[in-house]
Amino acid sequence: MQTQSEIGYNSKIEGDVVVTTVDAALNWFRKNSVWPMPMGLACCAIELMAVGASRFDISRFGSEVMRFSPRQADCMIVAGTVTYKMALSVRRIWDQMPEPKWCIAMGACASTGGMYRSYAVLQGVDRIIPVDIYISGCPPRPEAVLDALMKLQKKISTQPVIENLTITNLKKEAA
Amino acid sequence: MTSSEAANKLKAKFGDLISELPEFRGESSVALADAEKIVEVCRYAKSDLDFNYLVDISSLDHYGDDPRWTVVYHLRGLGHGCELRIKTNVSEEISKLPSVTSVWAAANWHEREIYDMMGIHFRDHPDLRRILMWEGYPYFPLRKDFPLAGKESDMPGIAFSKPSPMEGGPFVTVAGGGSATAREPRIRIPEPETGESTGLIEKK
Repeated sequence: MQTQSEIGYNSKIEGDVVVTTVDAALNWFRKNSVWPMPMGLACCAIELMAVGASRFDISRFGSEVMRFSPRQADCMIVAGTVTYKMALSVRRIWDQMPEPKWCIAMGACASTGGMYRSYAVLQGVDRIIPVDIYISGCPPRPEAVLDALMKLQKKISTQPVIENLTITNLKKEAA
Repeated sequence: MTSSEAANKLKAKFGDLISELPEFRGESSVALADAEKIVEVCRYAKSDLDFNYLVDISSLDHYGDDPRWTVVYHLRGLGHGCELRIKTNVSEEISKLPSVTSVWAAANWHEREIYDMMGIHFRDHPDLRRILMWEGYPYFPLRKDFPLAGKESDMPGIAFSKPSPMEGGPFVTVAGGGSATAREPRIRIPEPETGESTGLIEKK
């Protein structure tokens, strides 16, 4: 019988332990439960609804929990034309989302203004908020949104977590 | 009642103020000489001629001509089913005419939109604010002298705007005929004007 526990090889728990880094584990949690904030502004929002529905089923990627409160969301999906009048609201909602947060610009309008070369339309949502993934298309197919989500998951899994924690940064500054 | 009868009744009531314009597809239009009388004419059209539905109010910009603005009232009677248009001109110096919200409540938002897009004011309007652009935007974007790309503006905490890159546009499609290549949207340099001016651009 084992009388003292020590960290190291233990034949009794062999097979039940996965060794990893904190970063990798946290990223694994994060990337498989990206809660989207649906910023539906135009026709792309209809395709976004299709992504959430049964045929395409975004819940296969852990993102089925559409949060209509920015405070509970991780990823803002800007789906549609951002007018200058709406731009401020989009920015405010983005600012209300807690870190870590990501943004997907869905479709031509959200990415670049699309066909609306006009006095009323913001020429790409990246002028006011940082965008991680751009999706082409007018509107994009639901598969394209899923592809963007997978690309975002890949991006999340490479991001350092501990490095970017506020508490780590504070300690670094103090040292 | 047909719409030309309605136009005649308006003429009989208001005399020289009303002149009839050519009929188009069974619909009559009348021109009102004095924009200040628009409320009287509209009230008569509603109460005596049963035009109880204000379909739309639209405005035209004859940039470079005087008077610059035309305001068009589209009326319909839901009882008799006739359509009637009342057109009236407003000069640029005045850019103001009485509101018909006291006749049809529906005029409220129509007039706000004209104010927003063209900058024509409506006297006695209960709530003359911008309706599409944000409050404080300094321009009137549907005027002929406003560039399609827009202009720069900044209202801190409310909105900003910048001219959009036209990338060689606007791209024009040609209707009907020709090959798909000839019809598709592309840059088309406008042909030099010959003879009569269309009165749209190039008046200065």
